[in-house]
Amino acid sequence: MAITSIKNLKEFSTNNDRFEGAHTLCPGCAHSMIVRELMNCTDDNLVISANTGCLEVSTAVYPFTSWDTSWIHIGFENAATAVTGAEAMHKVRKRKGTLPDNDAPVKFVAFGGDGSTYDIGFQWLSGAMERGHDFTYICLDNENYANTGGQRSSATPIGATTSTAQAGSHSYGKKEKKKDIVAIMAAHGAPYVAQLAPNKWKSMAKGFQKALEIEGPCFINTVSPCTTEWRFDPKDTILLTDLATESLMFPIYEILDGHELNILYRPKNVLPVEDYLGAQGRYKHLFKPENKHVIEQIQGDIDKNWEMLQRREEARI
Amino acid sequence: MQDLKLRANDNRGLSQLEAGFDLLGWHEITQGSILHSFDGDATNIVNLKAEERTYSGYNSYTATVASWRVDKPVFNIDVCIDCQNCWVWCPDSSIISRDKQMLGIDYDHCKGCGVCVEVCPTNPKSLLMFAEQRELGEALSQWPEKKKKEEKN
Ligand SMILES: Cc1ncc(C[n+]2csc(CCOP(=O)(O)OP(=O)(O)O)c2C)c(N)n1
Ligand code: SF4
Ligand code: SF4
Ligand code: SF4
Ligand SMILES: [Mg+2]
Repeated sequence: MAITSIKNLKEFSTNNDRFEGAHTLCPGCAHSMIVRELMNCTDDNLVISANTGCLEVSTAVYPFTSWDTSWIHIGFENAATAVTGAEAMHKVRKRKGTLPDNDAPVKFVAFGGDGSTYDIGFQWLSGAMERGHDFTYICLDNENYANTGGQRSSATPIGATTSTAQAGSHSYGKKEKKKDIVAIMAAHGAPYVAQLAPNKWKSMAKGFQKALEIEGPCFINTVSPCTTEWRFDPKDTILLTDLATESLMFPIYEILDGHELNILYRPKNVLPVEDYLGAQGRYKHLFKPENKHVIEQIQGDIDKNWEMLQRREEARI
Repeated sequence: MQDLKLRANDNRGLSQLEAGFDLLGWHEITQGSILHSFDGDATNIVNLKAEERTYSGYNSYTATVASWRVDKPVFNIDVCIDCQNCWVWCPDSSIISRDKQMLGIDYDHCKGCGVCVEVCPTNPKSLLMFAEQRELGEALSQWPEKKKKEEKN
């Protein structure tokens, strides 16, 4: 495995990008920050697939491709299916010695948005994890169906306004809580499952390298702030990610072999969740007096979750 | 398997559409078609810098999104400490870094989001946003002085 050096950013920056510009993601979109890190953390050949969503449609605007590696254009549900099919074929051809270069290391990666990962491609992802293919699935979690105009998904947190769960005089936005996809993927007994964030570039690159190195199905949920649907200025994508990790709305941790939990980032001063919510238009209505209870509930849930993660880490089971 | 390259003519410039690329229509493309990112052998791409590669006309590297910009980032090399924050967080692969040094901005692919300016740690910043039509020299001549601690944000 030719992992690239990530001791510091200077070393990391000597990698030659394999994800090209002039894709059509919005200015400031975090999806491409995450993809670039994945592609820059290894020198191995990559076979990548992407579920339909902002990443897929914006990087394959006919007649252009932004991918310098093998990349499979596939339906909304099928990134895991397609890439694990390719992985199975590669394994057989390697055994038979019918590959052009039998020794070239190849890694298989699937990208999916939260809509495809948490909801519509969920059973295909679960199947691929259960079958035990050697691949890495990365969810770009922007907590909504961004590509089709910001509908709610099961990754949308309670209280966010979306085009299908709108805040107004009779509603504070989405009523249901976010699904814990990390726990669900860990429950598959996967060797490596993690939640990572692009502002913490080093832990993200290390996590990606671990997932690529470990044999078997690995899953990583990444927080991907969406300037358009979260409603913030494109220049603030990393600021938003900082607020997400400092408020513990998105704690950074990994789970090994389905049970061993390690927290990868502990904020020195945990920020109140208001700081994170207040920086985005999609939560603006929560600051009205009648909706304050929702903020309290979100804060309570964050505190409980952090307590749970710390206890699980301590337990070492 | 259908190879979309077969119908391409040799007239590849910045934009295939401008160059009158002879493209297959949506109804002519079959499942399993391939778009080639490079002309010729692509096995060693990871070891080649952009300027050493033979991008095909299908690679979005050969296209431009410069017209998306309202403001552009301007780079002041005199203040830069080569931390590479701008490189790692640019969503459009538009920071040109070579041998651990930040060299400048790729204005064909930069969309002017301003992320690089926000993450630049120097004082004054080594990257600042200016109106797209502003001359680079003029922008550089207006660079702010180092801010004192109490003035900072
Ligand atoms: C089976 C199917 N249903 C619906 C769609 C329409 N569709 C395309 S992209 C998309 C939203 C994608 O959301 P997500 O997976 O979260 O990715 P994002 O765009 O947010 O990155 C939808 C609903 C589709 N392409 N296929
Ligand atoms: S809508 Fe959101 S996820 Fe989609 S390209 Fe724009 S910023 Fe990125
Ligand atoms: S303005 Fe945005 S796209 Fe342009 S170089 Fe800076 S980070 Fe990259
Ligand atoms: S972030 Fe600023 S200091 Fe760091 S490399 Fe970029 S321009 Fe130079
Ligand atoms: Mg989404």
